[in-house]
Amino acid sequence: MSTAIEPRLYRARHHRMVAGVAAGISEHLGIPVIRVRVAFVVLLGLSGLGLLLYAAFWAVVPVRPGETGEPPRRDLLQLMPFVAIGLGVLVIQLMVFGRTGVTGTAGWLVAIIAVGAGVIWHQSTPERRRQWSETMPVPWLGAVLEESDRRAFVLRFIGGGLLVAVGVVGVAAVYSPQADFDAVANGVIFALVGLAGVGVVAAPVLWRMFNQLRTEREGRIREQERAELAAMVHDQVLHTLALIQRNAADVKTVQRLARGQERSLRSWLYKPTGSPTERFAAALEQAAAEVEDTFAISVETVVVGDRETDERIAALVAAAREALVNAARHAKVETVSLYAEVEPEQVSVFVRDRGAGFDPTTVEDHRHGVRGSIIGRMDRHGGRAEIRSSPGDGTEVRLFMPIRESTGSGREW
Amino acid sequence: MTESTDIAEGAEQPRLRVFLVDDHAMFRAGVRAELGVHVEVVGEASTVAEAINRIAVTLPDVVLLDVHMPDGGGRAVLDAMRRTHPAIRFLALSVSDAAEDVIGLIRAGARGYVTKTISPDELTAAIRRVADGDAVFSPRLAGFVLDAFAARPDVPVADPELDQLTNREREVLRLLARGYAYKEIAKELFISIKTVETHVSNVLRKLQMSNRYELSRWAADRRLV
Repeated sequence: MSTAIEPRLYRARHHRMVAGVAAGISEHLGIPVIRVRVAFVVLLGLSGLGLLLYAAFWAVVPVRPGETGEPPRRDLLQLMPFVAIGLGVLVIQLMVFGRTGVTGTAGWLVAIIAVGAGVIWHQSTPERRRQWSETMPVPWLGAVLEESDRRAFVLRFIGGGLLVAVGVVGVAAVYSPQADFDAVANGVIFALVGLAGVGVVAAPVLWRMFNQLRTEREGRIREQERAELAAMVHDQVLHTLALIQRNAADVKTVQRLARGQERSLRSWLYKPTGSPTERFAAALEQAAAEVEDTFAISVETVVVGDRETDERIAALVAAAREALVNAARHAKVETVSLYAEVEPEQVSVFVRDRGAGFDPTTVEDHRHGVRGSIIGRMDRHGGRAEIRSSPGDGTEVRLFMPIRESTGSGREW
Repeated sequence: MTESTDIAEGAEQPRLRVFLVDDHAMFRAGVRAELGVHVEVVGEASTVAEAINRIAVTLPDVVLLDVHMPDGGGRAVLDAMRRTHPAIRFLALSVSDAAEDVIGLIRAGARGYVTKTISPDELTAAIRRVADGDAVFSPRLAGFVLDAFAARPDVPVADPELDQLTNREREVLRLLARGYAYKEIAKELFISIKTVETHVSNVLRKLQMSNRYELSRWAADRRLV
């Protein structure tokens, strides 16, 4: 029985959905394969003519020569929409040629739902399905909507279809002549079941809409971030670069500008939190930044640990600032080191330079910088200050402030 | 061992073979020009793949490694080279001094970490020190390490000898963070420079071998990741 209707008509197994008949015909006639498939499905309505035709083609049309190898796996997912449409068409056929009346209404309902679901399925592309399932917030929801997983898909399809069918049968039962009160109640329940079935079938579409809205919102947020970054670069970086170009001959100014800009970019990139009025580390870094800007030196700041500020911590920061200012004024160096460590019992700050240095014993009494602003201030707040310096070997100011839990007590340290 | 921070002495040593990895050509040119007097720049690369190929061919003493590059950055180069070429030393040279970059590179096997604002003299000294087998700790890096180890004193660790710093190592790190040079630390603590270097190398070793779990916790605590 292998006499071909037309010598050049072969079954295209590479694009097959069932046996490659529709794909072969579409290749032979040069029309989209989807039209051939729909034609078969619609012909199904004429007492199953489509199915008979398909079977006939399958039997007589040979596989394209050369396609002897293992054919690619059928994509059952793609097959499902056509099964749904076919089911709908069959039911319509039953309605047209079979009985009419109340059951007819129910039948039409089934038919429309089946056809509609099939069309929706067919139009939702695999990429989109994957996208939905990846963005699924709840795992079980993903399992229900997941269409790449065949088992879940079949489960969902059968479940949804069953719900629809049961719901429709229930409505039919309610409209039947022997209706009584129980039947009405049952009818309502069945109608709800039917609605749930429609919901299951329609879920992918709803999800797609929701997802598109979400994607749009994410895009807007990204755009906003970009705009913020652009504004920052424009306001700070470009202006600094312009100033540097205009002051290219003045090395000190250029260095100061570059340092200030570097610092602000760094804090923008790496240190999103911390208010100088609340946190010790932020306050100390701000003090260092002010000294950097004022005296055109660089302060190498290292802070280990952090804590909240109180008036004692504020005094410590002020003393550290004074030490930095002294180093910047008198040491005649480019770089000053600032190290701070927050330990459970105390906070310590070290300000060190490798500059001129001085002899601490010869500091005159009227020099308020060291005696008043550093040593005196630390003493008043219960802390301690040490100054180590010798001419030519640089200076280190060591500040220690003990931590106590309640800051308001009058206890002396 | 010679005092490696001193450039005048270092210049009389044999010229070190240095390889540059950075995706910015301008920066490579600048470093090459500044370093050319003191060391021999044997090659440069602008991508991770190029770096892996060329380093394996040129076999330099020290690789100056940029942290942020496309395709994984300095971390990828280190991961690829460290097992096959254990003799090559890596010194990270980055514009970023964010804690996660610094600690990450050190854990991957870099022997030191300096920022790009470093002066040419200091960079030469750092290269020489790394080539001699020592670690290069900037004050900021010392601060990060102290932070990483000191932040959770009560957390029990699986291997205390490996994961905890000794008091002496902590002291050395504190002085490093305060801006002291190795010889100044030696003077301050009444120990030899060699001992300081040993302490620093131990810190580096602990840093590389501490378990990943703690690092990720540390980073998560500070919202770095």
